Amino acid sequence: MSERVFKSLTFAAASLTVVLAASFLIVLWFSGFEAWKTFGLKFLFTDVWNPSSGEFGALGALSGTLFTSLLALLIATPLAFAAAMWASDAPKWIASPLSRAMDMLAAIPSVIFGMWGIDFICPHFGFSLFSASLILSIMILPYITAVMRDVITMTPDVLKESAYGLGATRFEVVKDVILSFGKNGLAGGIFIGLGRALGETMAVLFVAGGLNMIPSGLFDGCTTIASALANDFAEAEGLHRSVLFALGFILLMLEFAIQILAQLYLKRGKIK
Amino acid sequence: MKLNRKYKIRTDNLSFWYGERQALFNNSLDIEANKITAIIGPSGCGKSTHLRVYNRIFELYRGQKAEGKILLDGENILDEDVDLLDLRRRIGMIFQKPTPFPMSVFDNVAYPLKLHYKLKGSELEARVEAALKGASLWDEVKDSLGKNGLALSGGQQQRLSIARAIAAEPEVLLMDEPTSAIDPIATAKIEELMDSLRERFTIVIVTHNMQQAARISDTTAFFYRGRIVEVGDTKDFFNNPKDPLTQDYLSVKFKK
Ligand SMILES: Nc1ncnc2c1ncn2[C@@H]1O[C@H](COP(=O)(O)OP(=O)(O)OP(=O)(O)O)[C@@H](O)[C@H]1O
Ligand SMILES: [Mg+2]
Repeated sequence: MSERVFKSLTFAAASLTVVLAASFLIVLWFSGFEAWKTFGLKFLFTDVWNPSSGEFGALGALSGTLFTSLLALLIATPLAFAAAMWASDAPKWIASPLSRAMDMLAAIPSVIFGMWGIDFICPHFGFSLFSASLILSIMILPYITAVMRDVITMTPDVLKESAYGLGATRFEVVKDVILSFGKNGLAGGIFIGLGRALGETMAVLFVAGGLNMIPSGLFDGCTTIASALANDFAEAEGLHRSVLFALGFILLMLEFAIQILAQLYLKRGKIK
Repeated sequence: MKLNRKYKIRTDNLSFWYGERQALFNNSLDIEANKITAIIGPSGCGKSTHLRVYNRIFELYRGQKAEGKILLDGENILDEDVDLLDLRRRIGMIFQKPTPFPMSVFDNVAYPLKLHYKLKGSELEARVEAALKGASLWDEVKDSLGKNGLALSGGQQQRLSIARAIAAEPEVLLMDEPTSAIDPIATAKIEELMDSLRERFTIVIVTHNMQQAARISDTTAFFYRGRIVEVGDTKDFFNNPKDPLTQDYLSVKFKK
């Protein structure tokens, strides 16, 4: 195959993905248009959710999405960092099988996490925001850890040695050299985890409790955009259906923004 | 041999292993206080390995092991109960490549000061300034202390590394080919700097550059395949090498 044909093929494939992404946005926008027309921007700022009276607001599901995802990050980031630090230092014969096992976590289907969560997490923490966050944190752990492992090995040995050579402790070397050298890459890893968490559906649907309103406490039920869509979509008609498309639009915009941030940070992390 | 020399470090019967592989063999070497000792020898002969025992930096890596004694002011630094952090404050290290941290010039130099002393604003600033002056870098950076250390030129970065290494007032400076990655003009500056540092520090430098060793050092040690073959006052050493291995090495090196 000639270079030119190959180039135009890859270009076509790349353009196709852009067109697809754009068409998703367009379809979501028009299918949700009735909702935007009915409620205007107020849609974003109310958490009423009353299919029988036809009153809807995005804020319940949106806040549930943000709270669960951010809390999941809060739990997963330090764990991922500790795991990555440990893996970078432990003997190979134990570090590499354990790292691989961690990577396998990423291959477990989300519905399995959901089932496991119902049996092992909800008995302790109820069907709640906290249970959902906990499940999410486990699910995103391998993604964040993988990026952090890369970042930590990226820091040149001689830089670490310089810090140790000045009399820094291990903790100080991590804090002052590895973290500051890899901060862009770490931010990228965190955004990738965030992107995963925002869109996660089944596991959250199983354990969050499905309450479509702003959660008032850690152990209250809540819902997320993705799981609300999965839950309601089959039976929704008319305005309700349109509202779900509008929610989908919001989620997609969020995801795009997070992806762009993640790519930016990962790229900036590499240049150095 | 002159009498009453003052030794800062006395290395006694030092052996070193990378895993199963022995890299240093029962070496003894005395380092005179406030002098520059040069370590020379072919690639892979163990120069860096030797240097990296002095601040026990090798311990960061699994499987590396040193045996023997290294007396720093009479105290064996290879003892279990040595305070490593304090040892590394007393013995600074400069690497082949400059190693500024990704932070400002000021923060780079302040870093060891913050690690070891609790200094306040103006005192910290004074110490940073003194270290930068000591490394002959002050005039070039005094107006841009907030600039990222990585934005300096290679030679400046190396002097920044030196400023950082001397900031916490160490007693010994270890330099592993400190000028092999920078240009001749910057090298000349650093050699000049080393000459002035000799008053305050005991310096051990590894170099591949025979002219450099001859120019700046007081004592020269020749390593070959993990063993110290010959040590002598630098003038003597280069004018009148005794061991045939040294003679061979020098004749090849100087012919080039
Ligand atoms: N991390 C390591 N693991 C195993 N062997 C090593 C390691 N570092 C060095 N060696 C070996 O130990 C010996 C001494 O190496 P060292 O780096 O001390 O040599 P050197 O004299 O500094 O050489 P150069 O002039 O090239 O810097 C060499 O044979 C080298 O291959
Ligand atoms: Mg070396």
